[in-house]
Amino acid sequence: MTEGEAGLCAAFGLGALLCLVASAKAVDPAYGFHAGLFSLAAVAGIVAILRRYAARDPEPVPQEIGGKPNYNLGPIKVAAVASMGWGIAGFLVGCIIAFQLWAPALNLGLEYTTFGRLRPLHTSAVIFAFGGNVLIATSLYVVQRTCRARLAGDLAPWFVVLGYNLFIVVAGTGYLMGVTQSKEYAEPEWYADLWLTIVWVVYLAVFLATLAKRREPHIFVANWFYLAFIVTIAMLHVVNNLALPVSVFGSKSYPIFSGVQDALVQWWYGHNAVGFFLTAGFLAIMYYFIPKRAERPVYSYRLSIIHFWALIFMYIWAGPHHLHYTALPDWAQTLGMTFSIMLWMPSWGGMINGLMTLSGAWDKLRTDPILRLMVVSLAFYGMATFEGPMMSIKAVNALSHYTDWTIGHVHSGALGWVAYVSFGALYCLVPWLWNRREVYSLRLVEWHFWVSTLGIVLYITAMWVAGIMQGLMWRAYNDFGFLEYSFVETVEAMRPYYLVRALGGVLFLIGALIMAYNLAMTILGREANAPNPAPAAPGALVPAA
Amino acid sequence: MTDLKSSNPAAGPETTGHEWDGIAEFNNPLPRWWLYSLYATIVWAFGYWILYPAWPLVSDHTRGLLGYSTRASVLADVAATRTARAALGQSTLAAADLTRIAADPALLPLALATGKAAFGDNCAGCHGTAATGRTGYPNLQDDDWLWGGSLEAIAETIRVGIRSGHADARAGEMPAFGRDGLLKRDEIETVANYVLSLSGRAFAPALSLENGAALFSRNCAACHGEQGRGNPEMGAPNLTDAVWLYGASPGDVIATIQGGRKGVMPTWEGRLDAATIKSLAVYVHGLGGGR
Repeated sequence: MTEGEAGLCAAFGLGALLCLVASAKAVDPAYGFHAGLFSLAAVAGIVAILRRYAARDPEPVPQEIGGKPNYNLGPIKVAAVASMGWGIAGFLVGCIIAFQLWAPALNLGLEYTTFGRLRPLHTSAVIFAFGGNVLIATSLYVVQRTCRARLAGDLAPWFVVLGYNLFIVVAGTGYLMGVTQSKEYAEPEWYADLWLTIVWVVYLAVFLATLAKRREPHIFVANWFYLAFIVTIAMLHVVNNLALPVSVFGSKSYPIFSGVQDALVQWWYGHNAVGFFLTAGFLAIMYYFIPKRAERPVYSYRLSIIHFWALIFMYIWAGPHHLHYTALPDWAQTLGMTFSIMLWMPSWGGMINGLMTLSGAWDKLRTDPILRLMVVSLAFYGMATFEGPMMSIKAVNALSHYTDWTIGHVHSGALGWVAYVSFGALYCLVPWLWNRREVYSLRLVEWHFWVSTLGIVLYITAMWVAGIMQGLMWRAYNDFGFLEYSFVETVEAMRPYYLVRALGGVLFLIGALIMAYNLAMTILGREANAPNPAPAAPGALVPAA
Repeated sequence: MTDLKSSNPAAGPETTGHEWDGIAEFNNPLPRWWLYSLYATIVWAFGYWILYPAWPLVSDHTRGLLGYSTRASVLADVAATRTARAALGQSTLAAADLTRIAADPALLPLALATGKAAFGDNCAGCHGTAATGRTGYPNLQDDDWLWGGSLEAIAETIRVGIRSGHADARAGEMPAFGRDGLLKRDEIETVANYVLSLSGRAFAPALSLENGAALFSRNCAACHGEQGRGNPEMGAPNLTDAVWLYGASPGDVIATIQGGRKGVMPTWEGRLDAATIKSLAVYVHGLGGGR
């Protein structure tokens, strides 16, 4: 048995015991449930390690086979499948709460299905469960391929993937049971946060160690973006979640910041979750999968350097634009707004580099729906990163803030950019991981593309109209200087748009179900008669680990 | 800058010479429009920093040449609105007699506008945006009033509320005749049948109206009156009309007698100023049912 195996078994054993004690002494049932869950997971971890030990070669896994890197694909496969599953769950919950906004009685009068509990379930499922698994899967794949080196660590990559998904389960079940620290996009309580911190540090270590043993002289641009994403998320997560638990045997904690300081830390975190999770991470995906799929060189190395550093430097300042016209001091609001404006071109640098990579290969958009998904994602990315700086301008924000315009903006980025580039990457990655020539059916990819594009269009136009109407109604005054509309009248006016939005969400969900079927068929090794097959990327076939 | 080792003959521009997993990189220059746009946003940011509060210092921050402050601009807006409303007669409104407001063509429009805005934000949640109410929340458009429909009575109800905890709060007592054992089940059904017969909707021919009348007289008439026409002094509703706050079906009426009713309306004194309460009274009175 290696030191790693023995050490991890010992750590899990100790953890299982401690969690069992914590579960027995729990002051609230949710904490007891989660402690029990951690305990069970630790025992399952020990069993898995022992079974693997019994079955494996006594020799360590070779780093190379026949002079070629022996890539480690097992954990990546798990993350890829997990991302599909979580994606569908997240989109489904999104549809449910969209219909609840249209007809609140759809919460069924149960505490578990109220909007307040399902909303964080939706956001966490799509951002962290779906998006996070896509980022972990692609980053662990890309870093190996572009470093020509097997993933560092033996059990560590498995720990990252399974540990991250355990965090997702703890967070999600916690929301349903009412466990939340009420920080948007950082709802999980202190013990889940601590666990994620451990997992994330291991993730960083695996990524860095793989970069360190690379067989390429330089580090590929996608890896800069992945690294920025991993490092910054670690920092944001730790600072924003600094909290004191009421009891070490209870789920409730209180943040160490209060008032406007807490608000600023929260939005420093919140906006950089957008910047470093949903932008930098997915730009990394773009930088690998678009050139790979289009079989074209990246457009400009220089542009990638400049826009990378500009993006990293500017983004971290932009958070205060979420707190315009609040108790936040004016100077902080100014900095948030001006840095958001300066962020416009650095954001667009990624779009230009992606789109221009297709020069000489534009014809592929007609025949290759997978490439089209990724290129359309860049168009949405460009649109959202123009809209964002615009909405950060105080005069615009005075109209848009607190309205559904913000929801529309977020979803044009989330559905159009993050999800589309993820879909494109999954359509590429799954055949590569399972050693297939191409996805099961490109015709189904076409269906996915058009159904979900229609869904996005319905969603964001409905939210634009509803949001701007809502903002205008809120600021309409009569001749006597009184508000023209009461709040509830503005809610009533938005109701038809809520229905349109929900239907758009359903189309998006249907598209994702088509994808899941297509990818499942691909994994099972079926092949449909694709009408216009695009050639698989050369060198894409890899030996199974 | 990296050495340019090779070029791609197909597309022209040179690559950096590196390759990762088959991916090469061109070394195209930065698009000019992109670069100049980036510079323009930076220049704009510097300009904004000079004009507006921007950078934190040790114990202060740069104030900006315009001397702008969000707080000052809000206070100025609030002051301007106050001045404008004063010019429209808001101060007169606070002091004026309710009857005078309702009759004064100069004051009435302001009172109605104030009342409408206040109603939407404070009352519509229960009474509905159109003030038509719902089960448990009275319709304010009709002329059926629990606590009186005169301007003064409405204003007083808004001021003190109903079972609100206010010292002068309005509070009637509809006892829980069944739950507290004051009436037996068959007696409740008999009296419910009698009560509904007052509006011509007796539901059980087998039950004696005579017995019902006797039960009513003993238990209900003290508040609702011998004729069942109610008493606004005690918040006792008229039982002879078609307006039923908690439902008009036999089951609803039986439930009311069985368990009693204790609806609550908050007190608005201290939350709304005198001018707004008066305006609300005038607005609600003017919805159609005022007496």
